[in-house]
Amino acid sequence: MAASSRRNPPPLPGAENQDPLSEMADEDSDEGEDIFVGNSNPVAEAFQPDTANGEEPADLFSEAETSTAANSYITNSKSNGVHSDNENDLFAEVSVELSMENPSTTAKSSGAEFTPSLTLSATQPESMEQLEEEKDEDSFDMEVAVTNPEKIGDGMNAYMAYKVSTRTTLPMFRNRTFSVWRRFSDFLGLYEKLSVKHSLNGCIIPPPPEKSVVGMTKVKVGKDDSSSADFVERRRAALERYLQRVVCHPSLLQDPDVREFLERDELPRAVGTHTLSGAGFLKMINRASDAVSKMTIKISDSDAWFDNKLQEVESEELQLRKLHAVVDSLVNHRKELCGNTAVFAKSMAMLGNSEDNTALSRALSQLAEVEDKMETLHQEQAASDFFILAELLADYIRLLGAVRGCFEQRMKTWQRWQEAQSTLQKKREVEAKLLWANKPDKLQQAKEEITEWEGKVTQYERDFDRISVTVRKEFLRFEKEKSNDFKSQIVKYLESLLQSQQRVICTLF
Amino acid sequence: MEGEPSPRSGAGFHQGSFPLAVNVDLQTDATLQVDISDALSERDKVKFTVHTKSTLPNFKQNEFSVVRQHEEFIWLHDSFVENEEYAGYIIPPAPPRPDFDASREKLQKLGEGEGSMTKEEFTKMKQELEAEYLAIFKKTVAMHEVFLCRVAAHPVLRKDMNFHVFLEYNQDLSVRGKNKREKMEDFFKNVVKSADGVLVAGVKDVDDFFEHEKTFLLEYHNRVKDASSKSDRMIRSHKNAADDINRIASTLYTLGTQDSTDVCKFFLKVSELFEKTRKIEARVAADEDLKLADLLKYYLRESQAAKDLLYRRGRALVDYENANKALDKARAKNKDVLQAETSQQVCCQKFEKISESAKQELIDFKTRRVAAFRKNLVELAELELKHAKGNLQLLQSCVGVLKGDT
Repeated sequence: MAASSRRNPPPLPGAENQDPLSEMADEDSDEGEDIFVGNSNPVAEAFQPDTANGEEPADLFSEAETSTAANSYITNSKSNGVHSDNENDLFAEVSVELSMENPSTTAKSSGAEFTPSLTLSATQPESMEQLEEEKDEDSFDMEVAVTNPEKIGDGMNAYMAYKVSTRTTLPMFRNRTFSVWRRFSDFLGLYEKLSVKHSLNGCIIPPPPEKSVVGMTKVKVGKDDSSSADFVERRRAALERYLQRVVCHPSLLQDPDVREFLERDELPRAVGTHTLSGAGFLKMINRASDAVSKMTIKISDSDAWFDNKLQEVESEELQLRKLHAVVDSLVNHRKELCGNTAVFAKSMAMLGNSEDNTALSRALSQLAEVEDKMETLHQEQAASDFFILAELLADYIRLLGAVRGCFEQRMKTWQRWQEAQSTLQKKREVEAKLLWANKPDKLQQAKEEITEWEGKVTQYERDFDRISVTVRKEFLRFEKEKSNDFKSQIVKYLESLLQSQQRVICTLF
Repeated sequence: MEGEPSPRSGAGFHQGSFPLAVNVDLQTDATLQVDISDALSERDKVKFTVHTKSTLPNFKQNEFSVVRQHEEFIWLHDSFVENEEYAGYIIPPAPPRPDFDASREKLQKLGEGEGSMTKEEFTKMKQELEAEYLAIFKKTVAMHEVFLCRVAAHPVLRKDMNFHVFLEYNQDLSVRGKNKREKMEDFFKNVVKSADGVLVAGVKDVDDFFEHEKTFLLEYHNRVKDASSKSDRMIRSHKNAADDINRIASTLYTLGTQDSTDVCKFFLKVSELFEKTRKIEARVAADEDLKLADLLKYYLRESQAAKDLLYRRGRALVDYENANKALDKARAKNKDVLQAETSQQVCCQKFEKISESAKQELIDFKTRRVAAFRKNLVELAELELKHAKGNLQLLQSCVGVLKGDT
């Protein structure tokens, strides 16, 4: 399959980490390892949020090589009933990180460290502790990976199918490891279902990667060049990250739709995800009306925490967008640099050829070779820039959008509550008038309506409180995940820069 | 260095004396030493202070300085080219015109966009632009100096009267730039010359050495041109990438200052790191520019001058052969034989003189070229290595700090 060739960009630092691990992984077949070896690191890193209750992500790299991890890993792998060849190799390296099931003692104490960094209103100390407790139970053993993009079908009806592999020890799944084939619209369909169900509760639902008509058409048409390969690779990585975020989320994981997505062999074609369908238009209209209503609601919140956080989110999104644009241009310039260096190397080689002084000629051709090597280095650097940094930023921009959506949900709930309250008020007025006008039968009806609306009011109020709590919890979780993610990715990026510098030095020598 | 290059104020940039350009390998000769000790950049021209130290008797003093402008250098160069006596020598190529336009444009754009950036960004970009301006300035001074030194080192050219006037006459040489008509004349002359050149190049040379040189130079010239333009492009993309890193650094900084969570501290540190890496990357690009691109550009011009020499010789050869044919014809018709003979002799002398000196010149050219390339390439490699190591160290320490922190 062409898959392995596309999987190169994910990072170099991983290469070092894998070696000690693969020695420990001597259980299974070595064939087919190539495909997954390259993959394991992105999988690994993205899992940090969920184990890092107080464990710093960077340590995972070093800890991955310690023997304690190795031991727990080996026991883990032996506990796997099913040994289907490839999947295990994929998870061989990954499971090391996860097997650091945070012993609850260290988790609790380090969990406390996180709170100072979050600005919280003093009025709700107990709920914070509650949230802490829940964080501690966050560790669970579950990995997903998206691999092997394959083109199925031909012509305009072709599509890319991705293999979604899961390995888990959670009891709610039928097997320990399993995999299914999914296509892009399936992922979108999952997102739709989840958002319909959960966004009302105020959960932050990770958004999937965007549709790209141009990219997909290129793939469909069958242009077998590097740009479509790149596109497929990007999409695959993005889908993987998306799934990982979904399974990291404790309440989303419980959702039967998610389980179905991961387990069921054949999913019904997700309709309503096609851009030009009726559902697509409906969505656009809804979005427009939402935008309008957003502008008119002004929530007067007793809890200023939400306001602050919303503002922070918005300004952060702005900054991230700027950063993303700059990183994009860096990637482009590096690619340009690559191309130019290659061309320059060739012309230097020709110059060396035409130079008749042999020593100089040799020197010039050596220079040409060096420049050539530099070009490959630059290319790799550009790729790593892109895959590590730019994608991270893009993801977070989308996530921040989802966070904002969450806040909006809360506002809508509040609005509903207020409306119910005002209706109740009106009903009470009606009742008072009737009382005064002394019409007993209508009075009874009015009283019934009042009780009904009172009930609604209390319910909405409770809804609102609930959603506030959920949003708060979600947000904290999100912040934590985000900070870990950023740190780890940036460290990874810097390490890749480091590596490429080292290689530059070697080349120059 | 004082003053700021701003299109508004027109203030000057002073330049202290600085080392001889590295593109040529010259022996300094105590009898005549020329250098550019100072340079002042004004609104649209640059004034060079040419300083001479000489023990030759024909100068009034032993040490003196004059102020010259670019047009005067060009005048000197052209006077060499037009002098028939020097047809047999490689005339050192004229220095390129000082070109601050690009830099000035950028500065202007920066001034206009002042409102839209933060104070720090603005000062940073202004500093960068100033550094760029300074670099261009240094380069143009170096090129003018190289020209003068080449002339001074050449055993025949250094004795030229115009050269001495150039060095000594401390009033304005009142050399005006060519007006439009003269420029048109030049243009036509060039067209004719290139057509002629093609004709002359077609003539096979008796002497193997020159034939070989001809083919070699032609090829070499083209390849150097190619390499020079490609290296320019490469360096430009390098600079662009460095600029981008700069912008990343400042955006990270803004992100970092928004909050005081540890993520933000993290951002601040990374932003610092990027600032430093960017400086290194920019320096790498600048070094490449200086050592490699300049070298290639200079040898482009020199190989053109060598080609010109060959052309002149070829022309003389053709003239000689024509004169021979005319003599034969005259002898056959037995008319104007004396005239034909004298003209043939003149051509013969000219041709032989040119051939002699040309051979030596071309051999010198080769040695010079090899030495210059070697020196520059070695220096370039060393510098790149140094920068890469510096970069590595920076990255290592930063990653260490970040990992230790988190």
